[in-house]
Amino acid sequence: MMRAFAQHLAVLRAVLRRMFVSKLAGFLNILVIGIALSLPAGMYLLLQNAQGLVVQLSGTPQISLFLSMDAKTEDVDRLQKQLVQHPAVAGVEFVARAQALEQLKQSTGLSDLISGLEQNPLPDAFIVHPKPGDAQSLDALRGELAKLPRVSEAQLDSAWAYKLEALLKFGRMGVLILASLLSLALVAVTFNTIRLQILTQRDEIEVAKLIGATDGFIRRPFLYFGATQGLLGGIMAWLIVTASLLLLNGQLGALAQLYASQFTLHPLSFGDSLSLLLFSVYLGWLGAWLSVARHLSQIEPR
Amino acid sequence: MISFNQVHKRYPGGYEALKGVSFDIAEGEMVFLTGHSGAGKSTLLKLIAAIERPNSGSVLLNNQNVGVLKGGALPYLRRNLGIIFQDHKLLFDRNVFDNVLLPLQICGFDHRESGKRVRAALDKVGLLKREKSNPIALSGGEQQRLCIARAIVNRPSILLADEPTGNLDAAYAREIMAIFNSFHQVGATLLISTHDESVLQDSGVRRLTLKEGVLQ
Repeated sequence: MMRAFAQHLAVLRAVLRRMFVSKLAGFLNILVIGIALSLPAGMYLLLQNAQGLVVQLSGTPQISLFLSMDAKTEDVDRLQKQLVQHPAVAGVEFVARAQALEQLKQSTGLSDLISGLEQNPLPDAFIVHPKPGDAQSLDALRGELAKLPRVSEAQLDSAWAYKLEALLKFGRMGVLILASLLSLALVAVTFNTIRLQILTQRDEIEVAKLIGATDGFIRRPFLYFGATQGLLGGIMAWLIVTASLLLLNGQLGALAQLYASQFTLHPLSFGDSLSLLLFSVYLGWLGAWLSVARHLSQIEPR
Repeated sequence: MISFNQVHKRYPGGYEALKGVSFDIAEGEMVFLTGHSGAGKSTLLKLIAAIERPNSGSVLLNNQNVGVLKGGALPYLRRNLGIIFQDHKLLFDRNVFDNVLLPLQICGFDHRESGKRVRAALDKVGLLKREKSNPIALSGGEQQRLCIARAIVNRPSILLADEPTGNLDAAYAREIMAIFNSFHQVGATLLISTHDESVLQDSGVRRLTLKEGVLQ
């Protein structure tokens, strides 16, 4: 057991030495793989963040009912009863116009401007929490509520979120296509690297076969090479994505401040990072395996 | 130990290298295989190591029919053989020590044990002091001895040598033959192909002579 482990370790050491015989060439290979993987990984990360934003903003869709300015207290009470009894409504909040003005002052920092107003321009409003449903049923509910007496306007706050969701789906498909193509490219790069290695080590392979090496023994260093190169490429991709994110967040911080928001991009989660690395190891291994299967059988000692 | 029975070998293109060759070599025997170049000596040795397969007849090694062995079994067959190649087949990307180490790595020997064995093999052929050299820096005779060290490091019971003294002067050739004699004395089975008359004059060693693919 220990002996087998030590042998595998020795193969790995030899592989690493070989990979960096030419430091520049080894590094460039890893860079190419890293860039190829960082594109889909980076796009995935941006989509994840956008997704997070959507969930955060539209976790529970709401319908805002703005009452006409001449609504009286009795009207409000009657409306509230009607809404509470409505089968598609889960909850109702009343926001009095004075309260709404106060919130506006606090949240936007426009208190000076608002204090200068002669009268409160805001109407009374209800915030209706509908029971969960799809975009269409929510829209129907919005139309129905808009027709209630003394309601001047009904807004489905999450309408844009549904559109964004659809857009994200589109984006995810794009990432999937890009990732598939670039994965294929990675497999091809590894395939070719290994092919060249097999050609340059033709003598060694031939001699090894002549003195009793099994196919497994001959295959092993090439498979390890592919997997190791994949792993280093994956690490490179992770570094590229993370560094880009830090650069973007620096700029985003300034931008978000202008909008009085604190939005920042989240880095790749631990699970996603691990997936990225495992996937790149797998692709490297696959490329090497295909190459070895294709080329090793062509070398028979004479 | 080695037994040929009516072995024919025809290469693609129609060239008949061996025609109905039959012989037996007993365990611990040392045999010379002689004949002009092109007589089929190399082909005969390749059949034993299953580098080539016979078209008909059987090649038995320890009562195992080598000619019909599956690809997966070949490595284990070859580990019992020490083969000394006419063209040495040394690897110039590593030093003398690592060249001899290769068969032990292939068999999965423990690191410390293999170091001892490599040095013992190098000592036997008189190359212990050159272990750090690149084989390209060795003379023809030294390269031949290195090839022998690699063939014996695994302590095989059978040694096959293809023209081991081919391009060497008489003094070197005698050295090499002395090394083979010492293996013979400790019980190894040897089959040595040669057309070197100076070597053949030596002793009463059994001879197999090939002429145009037929055993004389």
